[in-house]
Formats: sequence, C-alpha cells, structure tokens
Amino acid sequence: MPDGVAIVGAAESDLGVTGQTILGLQAQGVTRALADAGLTLADVDGLATTGVSRFSTAQVAEYLGIQPTWAEATMAGGASFEIFLGHAAEAIRAGRCEVVVISYGSNQRSARSRSLGGVSETHLPDQQFEAPYGPLYPISLYAMAAQRYLHEYAATPEQLAEVAVAARAWALLNPKAFRHDAGPLSVEDVLASPLVSSPLRVADCCLVTDGGGAIVVTSLERARDLAQPTVVVRGWGECTTSSSMAQVPDLLVPGAAVSGRRALADAGLTVTDIDVLQVYDSFTINVLLSLEALGVCGPGEAARLVEDGRIAPGGSLALNTSGGGLSYCHPGMLGLLLIIEAVAQLRGQACARQVPGARTALVHATGGILSTHATVVLEAGR
Amino acid sequence: MNAGVQPDPPVAAGDADTSGWWDATREHRFVVQACGACGAVQHYPRAICTSCGSPERSWLPTAGEGTVETYTVVHRSPGPAFDPPYVVALVRLPEGPVLLTNVVGCAPEDVHIGLGVQVSWRPLADGRNLPVFEPKGDRHGLPADR
Repeated sequence: MPDGVAIVGAAESDLGVTGQTILGLQAQGVTRALADAGLTLADVDGLATTGVSRFSTAQVAEYLGIQPTWAEATMAGGASFEIFLGHAAEAIRAGRCEVVVISYGSNQRSARSRSLGGVSETHLPDQQFEAPYGPLYPISLYAMAAQRYLHEYAATPEQLAEVAVAARAWALLNPKAFRHDAGPLSVEDVLASPLVSSPLRVADCCLVTDGGGAIVVTSLERARDLAQPTVVVRGWGECTTSSSMAQVPDLLVPGAAVSGRRALADAGLTVTDIDVLQVYDSFTINVLLSLEALGVCGPGEAARLVEDGRIAPGGSLALNTSGGGLSYCHPGMLGLLLIIEAVAQLRGQACARQVPGARTALVHATGGILSTHATVVLEAGR
Repeated sequence: MNAGVQPDPPVAAGDADTSGWWDATREHRFVVQACGACGAVQHYPRAICTSCGSPERSWLPTAGEGTVETYTVVHRSPGPAFDPPYVVALVRLPEGPVLLTNVVGCAPEDVHIGLGVQVSWRPLADGRNLPVFEPKGDRHGLPADR
C-alpha cells in the first residue's frame, strides 16, 4: 500500500461507568477526534461504525446530522475497526471520500446489557448445535483454546496469568484505565481469582466497561495541513474464519497468521521492525495465540516470552501499553481503542507509558470467538 | 446435578437443512452429513458440501464415538437449564467432524484431552434427543439411574 493515508485525529469518549447513551458516547468520541484533528463535522464525508443497531451508520449519521457519501458498517466484532481502517484507506486512495470518521460507543456496563450466554439469534446453526450445551459466550471458546494450548505446549496457568499481570502494570501508568487505582496484580492474585470457564479465571478475562471513541482518517496530502503529527497507515490485512465454536479451523493458529502477514507485506516491514504492539486481549490466551500467529515468536513460545516482565513497562516487548482490555477498558469491542493507543504512542503523547522513540506500531484485533482477525501497521509521519 | 428439576436446555427447532438430522436423534441414531459428489463428511448439516459445493447430501451413520479434543469446565450458569460445574467439550469423531457437546457421566475433573467418549442421549420434551457424550468403558462411578 502506498503511503497515502493517515490518521489525523484520535480520541476516547468517556470510559468506565458513564451513565450515557451509546449515541451520546459516539458523538463525544467523534467531536473530540475532529477537534483533535482541527476539523469539523462539515468536513466529514465518510463514516464507519458498528454495534449501534441494524443500521448503525445511518443511525450515527442522523444523530450527528451528517450525510456521508461513503459508509461502512461491517459487523466483525472487536476487529471491525481495523477492517474499517483498511477499507477507509482504500476508499480515500480511490478518491471515493476524503475525510472518514471511524467511531464506536458502548454503555454496556451502565446499561447492564451483557449476558453470560451471549446474544442468541435463533435462526443460526449454533442455536441448534452449540447453545444447548451451555457454553459461556465468548469465554468458553477461548477457555477451550487455552486448555488445548496448555496441553500442547506444556504451558501453565501461571504463564497465562503473566499477561494480566503486565496489563495491570501498564494500567497503573494510564490515568484513563479502569484499574488505574487498583494497585498491582500478581500471578498469585490471578490464580486466586474464581474460575469462570476453566482454565480461565476472572482475572484472565477482560473488563466489562462503557467506552468508545473515534479516529479521523484522510489523505496524507491533506494531513500535512492539520493540527497533529500524522500517523501513516502503512498496511492492513483481514481474515474471516468462522462463527461457531466447533468450526474454528485451528484453535492454536488464529487468522492473525494471514492478516498479519498481509499487513506487514503491505508495509514492507517484518514484525521485528515494530516498536509497539497493540494486540487484542479479550482473554489472556488470545495474546499468546496472536503473538505466535503474528510471528513475534514461534508456536508455543509465547508462554515463555511473556514471563519475567518482558511485556510489562520497561520490558523488551512494548505490548498493550494502555493496560488493554484486561485492565484499561473493554466496551464490548476493543479494536478502536487499540488504534487510539497506537496513535498516542506514535505521536509521542502517551505520557507516563510512552515507549521512547516509538516509530512503528502493529495493531491486531480479534472479533467474536476467533471469528474475525484484522491487523494494521502504522508509522509516525516524517 | 439436579437433572430432575432442571428445565430442558434451549434447543432451536430444526429447519430445512437440519430436520433430517434431528429426526435421526428421535431414534437415537447419531448421523453426520456426507457429500454425494465428493464423499466429504461435515457437521453441522448444511445445504451444500463445504469441500466441493455440491448440494448432493446424505446421512452417514456414525459409530457414536469420539475423542475429547479440548474442554472447559463451566463455573457460571448462562441460564436456568444449566447447573455448574459442567463440562463443555469439543469432540472429534473418527468420521472427521468436530462438535461441541457436554461430557457427562463422570466428575468434571476426570475429563482430559484425549479421553475416549461415546454418545449418550438426553431426551427433549418435543421427542428429539440431544447427543451428549460420556467416557467410554469405565463409567467413573456413574450412578446406576443415569
């Protein structure tokens, strides 16, 4: 992909427990991100969002009072936003639109709208062939992947716990993190937390919070006149694999292997060129699987990679520097907040958690139950 | 487990793709779908073969056996039909497909990856039967009234 498109605005909405509406959080994120860029709603001709309703883009456009001529509402769970960024970059390069806003909002914690069994759509095969057995959605699928991982590679629950421990350490550096004031987390703390779906415990699972935000994407040419340091979209890749639990093609090799390869190839980079990684941590196991599939290490090696503080602040691998879904925020879908954190790092605006000299970032998101996979590679503009 | 007082789990009705499969469960026959063109075997039932795209399909009887590929012990209930702790597992059939199921008839801690299992039937109020699996051979202290 030619270096023609940049992220020029990025902002979180309020996070945590907000008492606000989904659309109110959307509007807050969009207006903050546009202000960050030095643009207004009148500049926006493209909109990508999901998770609002059956007509998510129409609803958000109406609420904001805009009439975009390019819209994208692919529902791919947490990976939707990395897919949106790739699709938006192509549309901008093709001249179909000029200023795209990618937005998200969720009030799931305030509204208590989350259920352990997930959302049932009775016409789908899983309601005949999977729901009758009482899996927790999505936890039990990741739990079964974790069980298989531990068995296959002789890894331990302590190693899974290291992912949550490091996430907490990053969150202690991030004032916006839900667990910012919760104090450090130890491996022992994780293993003492109640089992939810074995081997995963409460502390292996992401938060349930409100939250959202927006990014603004435009041509690099236009970006040069705007307020913030540019963050160039260097590459992206996506892979859609499955929807049900029994249909995941390989529990240990998610679609990150495909999406990551494509994104890095676009950028002409290898994963060793990446300074900062933001990898979807809905559950601790998801980080291990993604790191291996992205080529950060070999199969079965992530369990040792995450030990000894290597992914904590000051470690050798700068990973999930916001505190991630485990300790920062998880508003049902984390993908957009992963991108927003990458932008903060590449602009040098990440304050106490800033990775010194970060020039390149890779963001990888997983949606559903190892269902959708998307990767973007970003680079600080020159 | 309070099997006597628990309601049936929610099981959506069969449809044009799957009613033949559910009909077989009424006779305690565990079948999978086989492609009439290329012979590929798949589960759940679909309108086409995912290997070759052919709509030619038939029901292949299975041995009703499988191996636990992975599992999880669920500790929180997603609804009134479920009484934790219970085992949710992915079981691979020798015929090829993998299915999600429960492993019953043994303590959750006795389930392990590689465990050989055989089908058992949980009756539903509408006459269908839900296939679950239990350890093959040694029943690990299975109560006589199961």
